[in-house]
Formats: sequence, structure tokens, C-alpha cells
Amino acid sequence: MSHLDEEQLVEAYYAPDEQSRMHMRGCPECRAAFERVQEHLDALRDYPVPERGPGYGGEVWKRLLPQLPPVRKPRAWLRLWLMAPAFATLLAMAFVAGMLTQRKAQLVGTPASTRERVLLIAMNRHLERSQIILSEIANGSTAVLDFPREQERARDLLDDNRLLRQAALRDGDAADASLLDELERVLLDVANSPAEMPSRDLEALQNRIDNEGLVFKVRVRSSDVRFKGQQL
Amino acid sequence: MDWTDSAAADEARRGNQQAFRVLVERHSHAVFRLAFRMTGNEQDAEDMVQETFLRAYKQLQRFDGRAAFGTWLYRICANCSLDLLRSRQSRREAQPPETGNESVHWLDRVAAREPSPERLTQSSQIADLLQPALKRLSATERAAFILRHYEGCDIEEIARTLGVQANAAKHSVFRAVQKLRRALEPAWGAIR
Ligand SMILES: [Zn+2]
Repeated sequence: MSHLDEEQLVEAYYAPDEQSRMHMRGCPECRAAFERVQEHLDALRDYPVPERGPGYGGEVWKRLLPQLPPVRKPRAWLRLWLMAPAFATLLAMAFVAGMLTQRKAQLVGTPASTRERVLLIAMNRHLERSQIILSEIANGSTAVLDFPREQERARDLLDDNRLLRQAALRDGDAADASLLDELERVLLDVANSPAEMPSRDLEALQNRIDNEGLVFKVRVRSSDVRFKGQQL
Repeated sequence: MDWTDSAAADEARRGNQQAFRVLVERHSHAVFRLAFRMTGNEQDAEDMVQETFLRAYKQLQRFDGRAAFGTWLYRICANCSLDLLRSRQSRREAQPPETGNESVHWLDRVAAREPSPERLTQSSQIADLLQPALKRLSATERAAFILRHYEGCDIEEIARTLGVQANAAKHSVFRAVQKLRRALEPAWGAIR
């Protein structure tokens, strides 16, 4: 059996498995390498944190209290959001595509209209799914990424992305339209790259995602959308 | 009041602020510890403590009791800190190089408080190198490492917190360790 590499040695430090333990028992070289990893990681244990006194919890509460909003009970539509996101996306897509336009007259004009809720649900779902794929690509290497699967997911997301971008444009929401536009370009790149992606190309894609701060933008917008949804 | 965490969370969800106060007082120290390690800075850590409890309060309806309340709270704290680190990182990348005008770090404070020459030992060498080395990690690597190394989270937990697959989380921990080992190279001689 070949020797354990650094990643396996680090893994063995945090969560030793039987296989690496067995290997090290019979291999002085790997045992020595592991001991070195162990020494280094043990030495990093000491990360001093400034003391907080026994009254600290009370101080935090005092600062927090004026900022607390009243607690809201979950609304029926929010439960729908939590329980049936796939259905919600379908509904939203149907709506955005104009299939429900004949009912629009009844919906618009009411405060926090159904249309807005439905769009928020779809947007939330879309951003959460996009965030997962972006994070995976941004943090993965060619060795760990299942790139063909990411491509499939990117293709799935593209249709929703286009519809949501069009809806944002129609509603004059320039910020969402521009975020979705950026997202669409990255999703297109992922979808259209070769399935066997060379590391150099992956790095270029990762740099692009990084430089645009896209994961963060999507995360922030996603949490805004979720928060707005709860306030409706 | 002798509420368990989940009973207090239930009460708080019904609008009982005193129940939420119990949770704040109970978990503040641990949340601060995590926030400080994630941000490396006392002021940022205090901000993250506030932000964590505020988000937790707003999201109480979504705490379903499947995880322990503490675990849920630490996940929120890790996410707040991650947002902060990432926004700093993207702003740093968009700006010209820094001019050394950063906020004061624990290392400077420790050094100011304990300036004894004995601190030039192995552990102070490591401490001196650790903080700048942590700052050079990506936000995700730093978060993954802190959660694994100091909070004892397993890979699944870290993956859920970072919103990535388990393999990517594992790889982030490894890349962090690898970079830290390289950056601390000068201190390792002192261990032997
Ligand atoms: Zn070996």
C-alpha cells in the first residue's frame, strides 16, 4: 500500500480511521510523519481568547434588548415556503411566465401581494441553491469536485435565473437584475465548460467568483430576501 | 429561571423575552469565544455576538429543535463571522494594499500586557506567527479550521455551516492546516 499523504495524515489527526491506523502501525515513515502533524496541530491548540467576566451575559443582554423586534408567529404562506420549496418555485415560474396573468388584476394592488410573496419564495430558493453550487466550485479542487454534477445543477438553475432576472427587470429592480446577470454569466460558464475541467481553467473560474465576491453577494441577498419574506 | 435550552427557546418563540434573556446569558461566553477566534479581533467579536443573538431572535420560528440550541446558535455565529470575513476579503481585494492601519489584535494586547523576555519561547513564536497566518487563509478555510480545531465540530456539521458538501469542507480544513504548517515553519524548529 502507498504511504499516507498529508491530507490523510491531517484527517487521521482529527478522525482516525482503522485503515490509516493499521498502516501507521506497520510503517515507521508514516508514523513519524503523523507525529510531526500531531506536534504541529497540538502546538496550535493554544489560541488565547480575552477574558469576559461573570456578568458578561447580562451586558450582552442589555445591549441587545433595545434592538429586539417583536416576535412574529409564522404565517401560513411562510410554512408553505418551508415545506414545499419545489412547488413554490413551480408556482412562481408559472406566474412569472405570465400564465396567471388573467388573475393578476385580483392580485396586484393588495398590500404585500401574492405575486410579491411568490417571487420572494422563488428568489430565496434560487439564491440558496446557487449559493451551494458557487461555494462548492469556489472551494473545490479538480480532485474533489464532481464537475459534471455541478454542470447539471448549473443548467437546472439557468432557466429559473433567466425568468427571475426578467421579472426583476420588469419590476425595475436594478440591483437584483444585475446580481442575477452576474450569476447567470458564471452559471453559463460552468454549464458550458468541458466536463473534464483542467485545474487551470477551474482556478480561473474560482478567481472570477472570488473577485466578484459573488458568493457573498448571493448570501447577503438571500438572507435579505428571507428576512423580507418573514416581514410580509 | 431553570429552563432547559429547548424550553427557553419554546417560550421565547411565544414572545417571552425573559426566556430569550436566559439563553443570551447562558451562551454569551461561548459565542464570544467562537466569534473572537473567527475574527481575531475583540471589537469585531463583540459585534458578531450582538449580530448572532439578533439573528437568532429574528429566526426563532425556524429553530425546529432538531439540533441543540447551542449548536444552532454557534452555526449562526459562524455564518455572521464568515459574512464579515468575506466582505472584508472582497473589499481588500478591491482596494490598494493596506498601509498597516488595521485594528489592534490580541497579539499586540498580549504583548503589551506581558512584555517579558521569556515570551520569546516556542509558544510565543507560534502565537506570533499564527494570527497573521490565519489572516492569510480564505474566509472559508479559516472558518473550517476554527470549527474543526477549536470547536471540535465534525465534517458534516462544518459542511452544513458553510453551505458546502462534506468533501469540500474536509478539503478546506486540510488546505488551512497545510497553509498554517507552511507559514509556521520557522517555529517548528523550536518544538524539537
Ligand atoms: Zn507509510
